[in-house]
Amino acid sequence: MNWESLLPLIAILIIIFGVGIWAGGYLKGSTNFVQDYFLGGRSLGGFVLAMTMTATYGSASSFIGGPGTAYNEGLGWVLLAMSQVATGYIVLMILGKKFAIITRKYKALTMVDFLKQRYQSKWVVIFSAVSIIVFLFSAMAAQWIGGARLIESLIGIDYTSALFIFAVSVLIYVTVGGFRAVALTDAIQGSIMFIGTFILLIAVIIAGGGIPQIIADLTAENPNLITPYGSDGQLTPAYVSSFWILVGVGVVALPQIAVRAMSYKNAQSMHRAIIIGTIVVGFIMLNMHLIGVFARPILPGIEVGDRVMPLIALEVMPNWLAGIVLAAPMAAIMSTVDSLLLLVSSTILKDVYLNYVRPNASDQTVKRLSIGITALLGIIVFIMALNPPDLIIWLNLFAFGGLEAAFIWPIVLGLYWKKGNKYGALSSMFTGVALYIVSDRFFPQPFGLHSVVLPVIISFIVYVGISIVTQKRTDASIS
Amino acid sequence: MVLSNYGGEFLKKDTMKIANREALIGVGLVVFHFIWWFAFAYGLGSKDISEYTYIIGLPAWFFYSCVVGFIVIAVLVTIVVKKFFVVISFDDEEKETE
Repeated sequence: MNWESLLPLIAILIIIFGVGIWAGGYLKGSTNFVQDYFLGGRSLGGFVLAMTMTATYGSASSFIGGPGTAYNEGLGWVLLAMSQVATGYIVLMILGKKFAIITRKYKALTMVDFLKQRYQSKWVVIFSAVSIIVFLFSAMAAQWIGGARLIESLIGIDYTSALFIFAVSVLIYVTVGGFRAVALTDAIQGSIMFIGTFILLIAVIIAGGGIPQIIADLTAENPNLITPYGSDGQLTPAYVSSFWILVGVGVVALPQIAVRAMSYKNAQSMHRAIIIGTIVVGFIMLNMHLIGVFARPILPGIEVGDRVMPLIALEVMPNWLAGIVLAAPMAAIMSTVDSLLLLVSSTILKDVYLNYVRPNASDQTVKRLSIGITALLGIIVFIMALNPPDLIIWLNLFAFGGLEAAFIWPIVLGLYWKKGNKYGALSSMFTGVALYIVSDRFFPQPFGLHSVVLPVIISFIVYVGISIVTQKRTDASIS
Repeated sequence: MVLSNYGGEFLKKDTMKIANREALIGVGLVVFHFIWWFAFAYGLGSKDISEYTYIIGLPAWFFYSCVVGFIVIAVLVTIVVKKFFVVISFDDEEKETE
């Protein structure tokens, strides 16, 4: 057991607990439990907002494999990862002030609340809720497996005990603190990522003998590693550009991102968050993926991508510093898990239970239920992660693309095109999801593009077309 | 109650205009960003490796596309937000509408 790196890691977890408990104390005095628990009382300032956004985008990057893939593909993968810089400004600019104002007007606490008020359709709500629960539940289980693996390799205990430690620490502070706790811990974790990846990058460059030396070593091993085309030239411009949708612009449609875009205090926080968020996302993405590439000449032959970060950190830095820096990937996994956990439980409680099962449940009941559901979900995920079924892994790969194909137009056009209606929204959601799954199964790269691109384009046409065709029906039903 | 049709009667005109303009600025930025990223990466990166030039040790395509591109966009975002984004209140619109 590696105590020298373990102690700093534990210290950081304790700080995170402290924040969760502190935010929990804030909840006790709350007058509007649901809003405070799921949305932090719409009180986030610019810095916390930028950091919680960044930490949540991080989940998209673990989806595309991150530094481990960069290790195998070279600079081409860093190029691809840099498409995520756009999320730093585009999400808050596109959803923007209109989303902030309208969700306040609607008193919406979740993305589904917004869709429900905008389209006034039970089916839109049910289809959205089901997509969110299915897709995010799977994404979450896979993240738990990742978290447990990290603890496992760090402490050297068996997988089940590692999973248990991970589950207990996540559950305690999500259950106690709610959204505000998650957002605040995201801020700490985002800061760790920011500083940690930078220190690690410097250490890697020094260990590799400077950038020119590292690039020369990479060229000597395989010249493709320093081209934009990947290690065997398979990263085509069309494919790499597709990631501008998958992990760039399309991210506006992820419910865990949309919910953050309604949580901020005022226009000033939003402005600050756009600037800070862009800088922080770009900095972390560039550093993290360059670390992956630069690690290759220093530590050749790592086979499991997820192990690149821990191994290179332990190689180039003193143990205690490696422990602090390794808190960064750990932090990324944990913050993804908390926000997903909170989101799935808010979908079940807010969007399904309070809408259709018992609309007038008392505040006390809601309070007990929300904490109960969050805990129960955690336990179910724990059991699934113990012996992960194949379906979960399969679904996790689809989670982000599927949610984007489903929600991008109902949200964006719902905000900016007043003629969009429930028929358009529902058919566009259905087309997007169905087409995405079919495309991914049978035509993985149509026209050299990632399988998320065509469903997004076609669901746009469907949304607009169906909305126009059914225009008379909605006009009639309104008057 | 026409909740779903907020286009005009729901929000103050000015607020709507500001929100729409800022969203369009975002779209403009992302298009510019994409072109910068794409043009440098594949413009310079598609050459033969023997013709590559290097800046601070990094291949020029990567340096301009990813490093300079990131700095340029961060500066642009800062300027745009400070110069063109308007501080508006999110809560008080209700009173102006019937």
